[in-house]
Amino acid sequence: MHQTFTITEIRTENYRTKTFIFDRGLPEAQPGQYMMAWLPDVGEKPFSIAGADPLALMVVAVGLFSEALHRLRVGDRVWVRGPLGQGFALRGRHHLLVGGGYGVAPLLFLARTILAAGHTVEVCIGARTAEDVLLAGAFMSTDSTDFNGLGKKKSVSSVQSVDRLSITTEDGTLGERGLVTQVVEAAITARRPDCVYACGPVPMLTALARLCQAHGLPHQFSWEAHLRCGLGICGSCELDAATRQAANIPAGWLVCKDGPVRIMNRDS
Amino acid sequence: MTPNLTCDLLGLTLRNPIVLASGILGTSTDVLERVARAGAGAVTAKSCGPTPRAGHPNPVAVEWGHGLLNAIGLSNPGAEEEARMLAEARARLEPLGVALIASIFAGTVAEFGDVARIIAAARPHLIEVNISCPNVADDFGTPFAASCESAAAVTEAVKRNVAAADGGGIPISVKLAPNVPNIGRIAAAAVEAGADAITAINTMPGMLIDAEAGRPVLSNRMGGISGPALKPVALRCVYEIARAVRVPIIGTGGVTTGRDAAEMLMAGATAVGVGSAVWARGVEALGNIAAELAALMAQEGYKALDDLRGIALHS
Repeated sequence: MHQTFTITEIRTENYRTKTFIFDRGLPEAQPGQYMMAWLPDVGEKPFSIAGADPLALMVVAVGLFSEALHRLRVGDRVWVRGPLGQGFALRGRHHLLVGGGYGVAPLLFLARTILAAGHTVEVCIGARTAEDVLLAGAFMSTDSTDFNGLGKKKSVSSVQSVDRLSITTEDGTLGERGLVTQVVEAAITARRPDCVYACGPVPMLTALARLCQAHGLPHQFSWEAHLRCGLGICGSCELDAATRQAANIPAGWLVCKDGPVRIMNRDS
Repeated sequence: MTPNLTCDLLGLTLRNPIVLASGILGTSTDVLERVARAGAGAVTAKSCGPTPRAGHPNPVAVEWGHGLLNAIGLSNPGAEEEARMLAEARARLEPLGVALIASIFAGTVAEFGDVARIIAAARPHLIEVNISCPNVADDFGTPFAASCESAAAVTEAVKRNVAAADGGGIPISVKLAPNVPNIGRIAAAAVEAGADAITAINTMPGMLIDAEAGRPVLSNRMGGISGPALKPVALRCVYEIARAVRVPIIGTGGVTTGRDAAEMLMAGATAVGVGSAVWARGVEALGNIAAELAALMAQEGYKALDDLRGIALHS
């Protein structure tokens, strides 16, 4: 069933992205899991959990539902079903996180979880242009009031920045010019991680899958599909055959319940 | 001694009586194959109608503490595309020894016949006739399962069209609704009109309202209740049907464990449909339920399904 959460803070991330922070947590949520947000009379859509305690959602206004979310104010309520699906599962001690565009949404929560475990984390963010780069400041900040509560208990007063952050834009308006996959390859060669975690557009993920396969690296990617029931019963969220083959994902794999994170180890 | 789970359903030999129910997964060859590999004796594809349907917008399904409520809205690719999928699925399931059941719905008796003819060409082992989906009332009016006359009319049209299709001879099972005054009479009317088997039951119409929203939870407002809450309703229906007709029954509704499956067989079912348990226990539910059924049979001293089938009818 849905539980109601009240918005306590709304942060504007860029020209079309807001982060909503709620009055309480979804403490059992793991990084990489998702939830369904329901607005009665509007609809229900899946979102990555951007932070669990307090619950945080990063929303890009791209359609009727996300635009309706953007019209909400502090004090308004959102109905939530979740956490749902399979999240990331830390493997090893040195972690490389790759976010493409809006795909950084679940990665700050993951980075905070990694740092809390005392491991090292390197983050590569890719975007089309400078204004599409999201959360870059939050990954580096140590100021707990600066949006860093995402994924952490409210009571934690200081946070650690990630060990290394690189930014790539396709037009070179911020960071390196090019595709994030090039930066990832250099990072893998220079500082071989124990595992690569990624979320972003399918072409980025399939390119990263090939890269990780070539380097024999365990990897965990979060995939996107048309999610409906969120319960593993309606069968609406299979990946297309080309994507599955490129990423070595078995036929019949359901993004909503088996995923959204597919965990791939070296030998698979 | 390990009990024998082999199940004879209309001349088909199933390795066990556990059948993936229609509407749960069953949307593609890949998913059907996955469920088959997970241990099902047979798998039922999601219902298809004459033309493609996107289904209802979200929310389409919620868990509510005692099972699920869903109104997916009969999403399907239309009969022509479904027939292509079924033909491929049959070829893939054949080496696994798992039977394929198609499921059809339509808005009129004549359309039921048309869909049946198209689907029969794909040669599924059995065609289930869904005259009882509770979630498309706006489009299709009262379900055909609500009266003996309409149930018989659809059954007769499907039977005639299947017989006329290439090769003919594919058996049909009519899927009944629980919310009728006398399900035994409706089963008897379907059998009289040519049904080779009965699938019982479909979900029970229901509704959930969110107290804080003051709104129905599902976008379709109403939906079908499934999962544990449905089991006693299903057992009663199967029991009544078993007393009314002599054809095989695919007993479906709230079966989550091997113990539930045994109860369904004891009520008179020949095979046992499993649906919402896939939500509760994953795709592995089918094989696990079969294994639990075998364990229960061993514990109680039943050697084969015939030893427990229908025994509750004689109390």
